[in-house]
Amino acid sequence: MHKIFTRSLVSSLVFLFTLTVSAVAKDVKAAFVYIGPTGDHGWTYQHDVGRKAVEAAGFKTTYVEGVPESADAERVLRQLANSGHDVIFTTSFGYMNPTNKVAKEFPNVKFEHATGYKREHPNVSTYAARFYEGRTILGTIAGTMTKSNVIGYVASFPIPEVIRGINSFTLAAQKVNPNIKTKIVWAFTWYDPGKEAEAAKALIDQGADVIAQHTDSTAIVQIAEKAGVYAFGQASDMDKFAPKAVLTSVENNWGPYYVDRVKAVANGTWNQKDTWHGIGDGMVVISDLDSALPADLKAKVKKLEADLASGKVHSFTGPIYDQKGNLMVADGKTADDGMLAGMMTYVKGVEGDIPN
Amino acid sequence: MDINFIGLILASIMASAVPLILASCGELITERSGVLNLGVEGMMIIGAISGFALMTVTGNLFIAVIGAMLAGLLISSIFAFLTQTLITNHVATGLALTIFGIGISAMIGKNFVGIPGKEFPVLFDGLKDTIPFLGPILFGHSVVFYFAFALPFLTNFFLKKTKIGLIVRAVGDSPVSASNQGINVKLVRYSCILYGGAMCGLAGAYLSMIYTPQWIENMTGGRGWIALALVVFSTWNPIKILFGAMIFGGLTIIQFHMQAIGVRIPVQFLSALPYIITIIVLVVISRDSRKIRLSTPSSLGKSFYKDN
Repeated sequence: MHKIFTRSLVSSLVFLFTLTVSAVAKDVKAAFVYIGPTGDHGWTYQHDVGRKAVEAAGFKTTYVEGVPESADAERVLRQLANSGHDVIFTTSFGYMNPTNKVAKEFPNVKFEHATGYKREHPNVSTYAARFYEGRTILGTIAGTMTKSNVIGYVASFPIPEVIRGINSFTLAAQKVNPNIKTKIVWAFTWYDPGKEAEAAKALIDQGADVIAQHTDSTAIVQIAEKAGVYAFGQASDMDKFAPKAVLTSVENNWGPYYVDRVKAVANGTWNQKDTWHGIGDGMVVISDLDSALPADLKAKVKKLEADLASGKVHSFTGPIYDQKGNLMVADGKTADDGMLAGMMTYVKGVEGDIPN
Repeated sequence: MDINFIGLILASIMASAVPLILASCGELITERSGVLNLGVEGMMIIGAISGFALMTVTGNLFIAVIGAMLAGLLISSIFAFLTQTLITNHVATGLALTIFGIGISAMIGKNFVGIPGKEFPVLFDGLKDTIPFLGPILFGHSVVFYFAFALPFLTNFFLKKTKIGLIVRAVGDSPVSASNQGINVKLVRYSCILYGGAMCGLAGAYLSMIYTPQWIENMTGGRGWIALALVVFSTWNPIKILFGAMIFGGLTIIQFHMQAIGVRIPVQFLSALPYIITIIVLVVISRDSRKIRLSTPSSLGKSFYKDN
């Protein structure tokens, strides 16, 4: 009898405790501002997957999609801050100034801005992912798997994020195969399936047998599947769209960070931070490797992934030269974050000029 | 550059022109009857989601294609009812149709994001490598592709050589005289709007089922507006639509090829090329203003109602 009593007392205490914790947690409301529609199956879609993780952790969330990077963004942010949200995630580079401006007016609301660098007020944090680490892995696979030694790369806009990806990819591919050429086509869009498909087709017609992409739709991997060449998924695992063509994908995994930050707001431990997470922290995830990869390449890739995660290997390890042959990173040194953040020159071996 | 390579490029250009040809030829018939429907983009996107959704749910490609055409027709019937029965303004109603189409397709499409499409069968695929240059152009395409390239000629024949075609043109030029001749203007215009809707639906289905088999919000990407511009560009001549669509579709593809070859032309210039060419063509065709006046449906965009 005594035993039962203790047990029920303990369990009711545990119950009460969880009730309190969840009650506190449920009070926190998080809002997300998206540049595109959640149905883009790319950038915004992955952020929304992260939002759902926050929801699954027991918090209330709201989101506003398709918000232009203009005065509209300010209006939306102000409204979200006014309507009782405790933390607001702004998930596009162009929200940088509106985020800081509105943050000043609402010191009690926490703001989290993706891919930006301005933290003008103590309630603004920034976060981004080291996608270039994933591209080091893709480059290694591409350089090994190509037979024509021509690798196609569909790029979106000439900004540091994209240039960094091209460089990291090419450096890794050159390391395993010094004869490769990276052909780049700028599509000047983040997602337009038709245009992306046309860009990929042009590259394939010109002899590329591995296609990499820095645009969001699944059109490119589908074209690769039809043409019988290899490709890589972007932002999410695109294997089911092209089971033969997709060798692996680099996934954006925002969920853990979002849950972490919202929990920090709930616990009162939130502080200003600049986060740049890569494979090691799980923000960049490499999908399953395709069976087309030979066993030794698979092993090599797995090791590279582990080394990138532990920091033993850095994507930008010198000597690195630019297209004109000037030294960018000295032998044995690695590029620092400042250099990476502002990277606007191609490394040696990339063909063509950066459109300006 | 060998001849086979040019054949490959031409084949890609033709494939990219298909949705433009279908939507433009549909809109051309609508406009020839005197109705200006700016809802092309909206009808296309409705066709795209309907085709993709039906393909995913039923697994039957034939049902999906027909369903997409019916969906385009159905949404255009709203426009027809508003502009023909309630005599609303064509421009405003058409714009509303586009906004409505984009919104509702996104809503229906929520559950279809991230699902790979089915493979659409192509005809004569084995013959592709038998003839140099012409092989990839003539063979290995979907049935919709062949239909699209026959459509301008069929449309031309319909407008010029058939009695119904003549009636459509008469209604577009002078609904009052046509009505006095005993033609049911409302019926003709209703039919032309519905036909245009069905063709736009097919154009959208081509994008989501054949060209890039997937559903993504806003996936028509402004092609409806290009199709609308093409009708004007062609001075309401279906054969010229064929060439216009090839130029518009082709410029993007050629500029991608030039980038990949490494031609040092600023990308911005290449991206602006379609617009520059449009201006040039418009200047050239507008030199003969009489000819334009003759081919423009005189009562385009004007409402017609019978006094009783």
